[in-house]
Amino acid sequence: MQTDNVQPPVTNLPEAGAVSHSTQQDNPARDFARAFFRHRSAVIGSVLVLIFIILAILAPVITPYDYTEPSADALAAPSAEHWFGTDDLGRDIFTRIVYGSRISLWVGFISIAGSIVVGSLLGLLAGYYGKWQDTLISRLFDIMLAFPSILLAIAIVAMLGPGLNNALIAIAIINIPTFGRLMRSRVLSVKVEDFVLAARAIGMKNSRILWHHILPNCWTPIMVQGTLSFATAVIEVAALGFLGLGAQPPDPEWGTMLSDARDYLQLAPWTMVFPGVAIMITVLGFNLLGDGLRDIFDPRMKQ
Amino acid sequence: MALIDVRNLKKTFPIHGGVLGRKVGEVVAVDDVSFSVEPGETLGLVGESGCGKSTTGRTIMRLYEPTAGEVEFAGKKLFQLKAEELRQVRRDLQMVFQDPFASLNPRQKISTILEEPLIVHGLGDAQERKEQVRELLHVVGMNESHASRYPHQFSGGQRQRIGIARALSTRPKLIIADEPVSALDVSIQSQVLNLMMDLQEQFELTYIFIAHDLSVVKHISDRVGVMYLGRLVELAPRDELYKKPLHPYTEALLSAVPVPDPDAKKERIILSGDVPSPDNPPQGCAFHPRCPHVMDVCRETRPIFDDAGGGHFVACHLHNAKA
Repeated sequence: MQTDNVQPPVTNLPEAGAVSHSTQQDNPARDFARAFFRHRSAVIGSVLVLIFIILAILAPVITPYDYTEPSADALAAPSAEHWFGTDDLGRDIFTRIVYGSRISLWVGFISIAGSIVVGSLLGLLAGYYGKWQDTLISRLFDIMLAFPSILLAIAIVAMLGPGLNNALIAIAIINIPTFGRLMRSRVLSVKVEDFVLAARAIGMKNSRILWHHILPNCWTPIMVQGTLSFATAVIEVAALGFLGLGAQPPDPEWGTMLSDARDYLQLAPWTMVFPGVAIMITVLGFNLLGDGLRDIFDPRMKQ
Repeated sequence: MALIDVRNLKKTFPIHGGVLGRKVGEVVAVDDVSFSVEPGETLGLVGESGCGKSTTGRTIMRLYEPTAGEVEFAGKKLFQLKAEELRQVRRDLQMVFQDPFASLNPRQKISTILEEPLIVHGLGDAQERKEQVRELLHVVGMNESHASRYPHQFSGGQRQRIGIARALSTRPKLIIADEPVSALDVSIQSQVLNLMMDLQEQFELTYIFIAHDLSVVKHISDRVGVMYLGRLVELAPRDELYKKPLHPYTEALLSAVPVPDPDAKKERIILSGDVPSPDNPPQGCAFHPRCPHVMDVCRETRPIFDDAGGGHFVACHLHNAKA
């Protein structure tokens, strides 16, 4: 009687009409930025890395001297004229360190990019196809990892001949298994996800499943590892340079600078201290950044 | 003629063990399962966890390679198809998955998820595909503004709608729904079930509906098959099965369905023991260690899955003897 205005029960799809969340709150890029700026070591690391990138780009603008041209003013102590002093041939150490950042960043970037491409590809094949492909690739990685990496790099450079490019190739090769194994383990866990089964059920070819469904879901740990490996790559370039296998004089590579400075350690310690500090800060920067990224991407760290 | 005919389907998974990873045994997940589904029909498959109902669905789809048996779908023998032929057939044979959170690629927009099946089967040009995506979203009760979002921005029920839309996109003949509502809230379950029934009418779909919830299956199915330990023990038209179950396992299963009436007298059949391990199933009838009506013959001979009259199939010596 009173209920003359009976509404039909809304059985059909009320919840689909209700928009779930506002888009602003659910923006992955914004979430990432927020987490990133809240993470202290990520911020410090990225600042250090940025400083070196800026130095590398602006090298000719910042430095007043030529980095190869010797001068009469050899082994001068740090002063207003030569901030970091000069080396045994009278070259400005600050200038050489700034130009050296170009070499370190370049070699680090190219070699790590190379090992990511090759390593990920091999890891993808091993993880996705399994069977003999997996056995072959995984054992290859095991063999490579059985050698101390710097020893392997030395062996590779010894075969190819000393030089910056060959050092770059050696560093790329020794880092392949790291990325390969990481990729393989990621692929193993992603390929059994329902959305990959769904892709197969829909009738997709393997190539499409690999590129569109598996790979995009494997990048995060690779990016983190890439940042951390960048730091080791910087050390490895310096180590090879120090041993005379990497950059050749007069290239202002930090490791070669250390090597040249050995004889003057007591007479002119600045020749050794500043390249060493440059290596340390760069490595520290990439490691902090890598650790930060790992924390941010780790779902267990999210509140 | 039946749309899909499954004959003696068997799927075993090897167990590897030891230092060398040699095969030390096998799990029989699906054992000698046969049934057929008519066009436009919904066949429900029920059974408890681990009885092989999902494996049955996935093996029919050839997401798992079958161990033995045959499936004939729309005149094609699925297990003999080469990769490319199989890919083509999948246009007519789609699947809806249980977990709406895992079955959508988190890195793809809804529009991409729905468009992809059309792309891989070469259906329509870019403009037509876009139009299709819009229509699909509408058909499952969502709107086009959802197309540019990512799966994590939706609720479970909405995602399952997207999963259904994806399965619909190639206009398949048969959809295998693998527990499509068991991950959803009860209130959302009925919406999704009703949606599936509406779509069945609208698109003349045939369903194989896998679930462990007897009331859900009763709601949607025309015929119901009951599985136990990888075997189909009973298969009958829905009302027949729910009113007059023949197999003791089905009886026990049905007696466990709660009745929403506090005064209702109910005799609950409590089975003793656990489900035996599928890597070492019992001799004879798989159910005999727990069966209240067990006879000597049950321990030795495996009952035949046979028609006990009126399309009511049962694998039980109690009824095989009578028939």
